[in-house]
Amino acid sequence: MLKIKNLNTYYGKVHALKNVSLHLSKGEIVTLIGANGAGKTTLLNSLSAIIPAASGELLLEGKSIAGLPADRVVSLGLSQVPEGRQVFNPLTVEENLELGAYLRYRARGQQGAIKEDLQRMFAMFPRLEERRRQAAGTLSGGEQQMLAIGRALMARPKLLLLDEPSMGLAPLVVQDIFKVIQRLRSEEGTTILLVEQNARAALKVADRGYVLETGKVILEGVASELLENKDVQRAYLGRDKKEIWER
Amino acid sequence: MKSDKLKFLLFAVVVLAIPLFIPKGYLTNVLIFVGINSMLALGLNLLLGYAGQISLGQAAFFGLGAYGSGVLNTQYVINPWLAMALVAVGVAAFAFAIGFPVLRLKGHYLAMATLGVGVIAYISFNETVDLTGGPSGLSGIENLSIGSFVFDSDIKNYYLVWSFALVSILLAMNMVNSRFGRGLRAIHDSEVAARVMGVNARLMKVQVFALSAFISAIAGSLYCHVMTFISPTSFSFPVSIELLTMVVIGGLGSVFGSVLGALLLTLLPEMLRAFQDMDIIVYGLLLISMTIYLPGGLVRGIPALFRKIVPARGSHA
Repeated sequence: MLKIKNLNTYYGKVHALKNVSLHLSKGEIVTLIGANGAGKTTLLNSLSAIIPAASGELLLEGKSIAGLPADRVVSLGLSQVPEGRQVFNPLTVEENLELGAYLRYRARGQQGAIKEDLQRMFAMFPRLEERRRQAAGTLSGGEQQMLAIGRALMARPKLLLLDEPSMGLAPLVVQDIFKVIQRLRSEEGTTILLVEQNARAALKVADRGYVLETGKVILEGVASELLENKDVQRAYLGRDKKEIWER
Repeated sequence: MKSDKLKFLLFAVVVLAIPLFIPKGYLTNVLIFVGINSMLALGLNLLLGYAGQISLGQAAFFGLGAYGSGVLNTQYVINPWLAMALVAVGVAAFAFAIGFPVLRLKGHYLAMATLGVGVIAYISFNETVDLTGGPSGLSGIENLSIGSFVFDSDIKNYYLVWSFALVSILLAMNMVNSRFGRGLRAIHDSEVAARVMGVNARLMKVQVFALSAFISAIAGSLYCHVMTFISPTSFSFPVSIELLTMVVIGGLGSVFGSVLGALLLTLLPEMLRAFQDMDIIVYGLLLISMTIYLPGGLVRGIPALFRKIVPARGSHA
């Protein structure tokens, strides 16, 4: 589905991603974990063509998406739920969802399909239907996250990029979000690249994981194994804290 | 959007009926300028209120429209209606071309760049004496006409200008509720999120910039044919600021807000004649107090104020 080979991205002189390589197979949930500033968001934004990649191969279903403009990337089937939700506050819930299907309005004969998808989103997130005429900015954090996910799904993506969907949400709401992520795969067959700071929750829903540190992939593997990995536990899962404390 | 259509129809009826109820002459004349200013404010509002991109150079497009039509009318043999269309397309193309570099900038830098465009245009109007008559102005522009029917009185010009204004308003209302309009508002709120939805933010910003220039140029052409005389001061920097004031006071991101702002700020100076050159101070004070007390502009502020004074039954706001 997605293949990244030796991706390098810079912010001016700062080398933010160093020869990052990773891949996703169809129907997989893969998580990318790492501390603040490790380059997780940068990686997603390089894929979405928000930040230009300096070098490297980016293949979506075998087609190169490197150097394409952002709207082309979306129309090829890659959709991002940006960090911090970024719903369009003054627009209504329904308008936000319609914006997700922005590029599909151009194609003829899509109007009916878009309407159907809108109903599908309302079926998946009943709270959004209750609030369809309400400004998105008035929703709670969890509802906004659901809206942001629904908005991205309206593009009918083959690959969904989720940037920290649990950020700033209450633990119960976080559970809901992770349930939604699992449902997306089981019911819709969506392939998902999940960026998370909540490493434990992410590794529990994911098939595989990559650990990013200062712009480099330092570890990769099956999610359940990463959960057991001592280094990962110490650095990202908060185990063994006592041991270090008492040393 | 049925209620929008109704609102528009009601507004159109009011606009078309007004001349029947007011004395001919001075007031009609002022309302012609309300119409022209409405178009200019609307153009700026599409850019600033919807797409969130500021322009302090709107007077340049207004001036280019006026001088374009004026020069073609006085120095060349060309149908003035055709000239108006050619000039509007030309000005829009010009805005489109400069839009790519200029709209890459954000915030203060965008304000400075558009200000620069305005200043350059103003200086050009002054210095190209052979073409524009320079500071002493360009006179002898003909009134518009259809066949033998000449728009030579206030009342005829009122209907001329307002038909253009009404069409602009109708088109703008349709546009802001379309896919394009949603895209613009998305860019305003979060450019990154808009881009990951596939909204081509860069192109759309330039397109709306060109559209606002197009409307302003048509307003300029109408202005020159109504006035039959133009001079550079009508297109100087304070005019751009005045337009900005209209949009902010009327209501950012509201089509009718633009009209309301234009109405108020065109009538106001007429009422403030006694203050003479001090009227700019009154504008300034108005702008400051508006942004503090009615940040949504008149179009949202008046209903809110009304609700505060007369609490609606069953409402707890």
